[in-house]
Amino acid sequence: MRANAFTQYPRTRGVSLPGCELGTMLNSWILPSGDSMNRNKVTARRGPRLLGYAILLAGCVSAAAQQPANYSATHSGKNEFVIKNAILLTTHGRIEHGSVYVKDGKIVAYGASVAAPATVTVIDAEGKYVTPGIIDPHSHMALDGDGNEATNPVVPQMMMKDAFDYNDKAIYRALAGGVTSSLLLHGSADMIGGQAVVIKTKYGLDRDQMIFPGAPQSIKFASGENPKRVFGDKKQLPSTRMGNFEVMREAFTQAKDYERSWNEYNEKVKKGDKTASAPKKDLKLEALVQVLQGKMLVQIHCYRSDEMLTEIAIANEFGYKIRAFHHALEAYKVPDFLAKDNIGIATFADWWGYKYEAWDAIPWNAVIAMRHGVKVAIKSDSDDYMRRLNQEAAKTMRYGGATEDEAMQMLTINPAWIMGIDDKTGSIDVGKDADLVLWSGYPLSSYGVPEKVWIDGDMYFDRGLPGLGMPQYQEGQ
Amino acid sequence: MKETALRLSLIALRCSPFALRVSLIAILLAGTVMAQSKTTPAARPPAPVALDPAKQIAITGGKLLTITHGTIENGVIVIQNGKITAVGAAGSVKVPAGAQVIDAKGMTVYPGLIDSESHLGLTEIDAVKDTNDLVETSDEIMPHMHVADAFHAESELIPVSRYNGVTNAIVAPESKDTLPGQDSFIQLAGSDASQMLLVRDIAMPLNFTGKQRRNESFATASYPQTRMGMAAQMRQAFTDAQGYAQKWEDYNNKKKAAAKAGDAPPSPPSRDLKLEALLPYLEGKKPVIVKAEEPGDLETAYALAQEFKLRMILNGLTQSQGIFDKVASWKLPVIVGSIYDDPKAWERYDAVYKVPGELSKRGVKIAFASFDAHQVRNLPYAAGFAVAFGLPYDEAMKALTLYPAQIWGVDDQLGSLDVGKTANVVVANGDPLDVTTDVKHVFIQGREIPMVNRQTELRDRYQNKP
Repeated sequence: MRANAFTQYPRTRGVSLPGCELGTMLNSWILPSGDSMNRNKVTARRGPRLLGYAILLAGCVSAAAQQPANYSATHSGKNEFVIKNAILLTTHGRIEHGSVYVKDGKIVAYGASVAAPATVTVIDAEGKYVTPGIIDPHSHMALDGDGNEATNPVVPQMMMKDAFDYNDKAIYRALAGGVTSSLLLHGSADMIGGQAVVIKTKYGLDRDQMIFPGAPQSIKFASGENPKRVFGDKKQLPSTRMGNFEVMREAFTQAKDYERSWNEYNEKVKKGDKTASAPKKDLKLEALVQVLQGKMLVQIHCYRSDEMLTEIAIANEFGYKIRAFHHALEAYKVPDFLAKDNIGIATFADWWGYKYEAWDAIPWNAVIAMRHGVKVAIKSDSDDYMRRLNQEAAKTMRYGGATEDEAMQMLTINPAWIMGIDDKTGSIDVGKDADLVLWSGYPLSSYGVPEKVWIDGDMYFDRGLPGLGMPQYQEGQ
Repeated sequence: MKETALRLSLIALRCSPFALRVSLIAILLAGTVMAQSKTTPAARPPAPVALDPAKQIAITGGKLLTITHGTIENGVIVIQNGKITAVGAAGSVKVPAGAQVIDAKGMTVYPGLIDSESHLGLTEIDAVKDTNDLVETSDEIMPHMHVADAFHAESELIPVSRYNGVTNAIVAPESKDTLPGQDSFIQLAGSDASQMLLVRDIAMPLNFTGKQRRNESFATASYPQTRMGMAAQMRQAFTDAQGYAQKWEDYNNKKKAAAKAGDAPPSPPSRDLKLEALLPYLEGKKPVIVKAEEPGDLETAYALAQEFKLRMILNGLTQSQGIFDKVASWKLPVIVGSIYDDPKAWERYDAVYKVPGELSKRGVKIAFASFDAHQVRNLPYAAGFAVAFGLPYDEAMKALTLYPAQIWGVDDQLGSLDVGKTANVVVANGDPLDVTTDVKHVFIQGREIPMVNRQTELRDRYQNKP
């Protein structure tokens, strides 16, 4: 087991034995078959209700569930170049002797040849590989140990951005491994642990310049052994999976009450009632209301297949959507349930056995889930593995026979989708951010290592340079 | 290590009749002064026995990475009675009539990989305490702990590990103590522990990384709270062991004199298993594995080991790049890594990735290790990654096969495709060091290992779910 101290905390400390039989309880919510009617009813009920939120909550939900887009220029605007003679792995096909034309931080053309002014700088890739930047949908770097506000199991008002330690050298090491975007998530001590931050790994820049502009707001949930142990050890709820999920239902029930009280207030105001007094603003419940409104991407730490089914049932009960299960080591047991609700997974290639709920992990998980229509991403959850995620994704070619494109997608466009940034990055396509990696050799192998990394068209890493290999950053800067 | 008891015992296991074997083991594996002076009882538990002789197997048409004599394209390797009986180019080696032929066309054939530090058989699930027998932390000086006593032959991790071509491994306790106990050398197949534990108590880790300090806080700290304490405590332990050996020598001399004089024999000193366990190391009969990362720690531990004239294998060294020239001058082998350790905050990202290449460049003999249990199967990938950062490919292969075999004194049996060696042979559809390569056949002592483990069973169960 290799992980940083932070991720190890919830994962490997202490002893936790499974103590509940959720499966039986589950059957009353999701039946293996013939349940689609029930589900449709839930959805049908949800439709008008969501509309209601949109109208009535305008007065109480202030923050847009999106990262600010106006921090500063996202790229220098000075770099215009063509990479030629490369093997392009676009994520949707390979182009031998391909070129990419980058201008104003974007990919403006790519293909067997590109039309660019003769004055543009040309980088001859000499038959090396060019891929989109790797996207890590599950990282705990740059949080300086502040991953878990584990003083309460429901703390959706925690913002990872507030703890983001943009000077952490781990960001540089991820960059040198070809990672250009990361989703920084809280740990998994809490059931609802806080709002994540999406960054671009522009090491050396200011904090706000590293925030991915306009990325949707993700929120992290967790269930299973970690919250059980963390709160159980304190003799608090939850110490079982029963407790896990009841804590969540409780929280969302409160959120609905909160929402109703604001609805009633807004109605009164609308009718001209000058005496109406506004309910107390509660940031915690407001965050949950945003979840109910579908304004956040719900990312759930979850190992066992039965827990995934329970999480799906709770999401349906309260009317929100799950974007992805993280870890999801037993997705291969229930892939159709995930595919049906368009839930992705961010999983390990071959980690297993570090805890009881990881005992049934198999390295074929990613490919089996993918073959059933699940969007699969390979993630690091580790300051170590994030440096060589390409090798992890390559393992899916061996375990299950993922194609080159599929393995690349697990590294790029699929994690981008999980983070809601797939319209901006995650593939070599015209109009996308010029987040690119030039590799010394085949990236889906033990041997390919990044030689140059560009983000928004600016070069942030060049292996050929002395020192740290960072054109825009000097040590001690 | 050519003349070691370890080597002899391995040979004895395979060549001698049972009775002779047992007596040889009794002598060779007890490994203490007392055994030789016949005052200590008891060899260690039952000796390993060879697996049943396997049928004749010929692997044909593959690319053989022999390790000792180059690559043979379109080669043939013949296995009989658990040994390699022929290796060579097609046409030059006769396929015995009636042999089971494995068509390895388009495949790569190489010797079984050796993991030079694992925790196989000592853990099942990290977070489930009851499944762990990793290290005894009640004291830091625990040379009398023997992983062979805890080794769980039926561990689910072993079939998962050999599935990727790892056929042998050192099993070591975790490095939370300075002297956590004694390692065993195993093979990853056999019907029980006695078959799998090839060499018990093969070596003793001497850990000096700072993690052995008991310094969580001033309130809970206990001796040794510092590296000074760690060194002082260890020095005392070896000094005590020297005194203990002296006491027995004195006793034996007196006993001899008394016998000569016809006097009543003196009463023997009382035995101390902890100190006794240190004696083979003080006598240089077995190596200590000195683990350190930082240059200061390495030099301290090296000096301490020299002070007591211990035979050394180095381990770790991930932060010691600054003194690699000096390390090379010591002419000691190094179990290198983990190369996945973080570099220092101010260091270049690849400072640790380069360690194997930098050592190799200076002529240091290196071996790779997983330092893990669940991830043993990924051992070859660390070597592949080291190649990307400057280690020559052939050296990387040797660091997984021949070099560890030499370091552990079993190179007459393991580590290459050579006639007479144990038939630990792997057939894969590509480069052994590449993450996308699929291993197709694994032979251990000439027996084909079923490519089945807990994970393939789960895969098959759910893939075929109605």
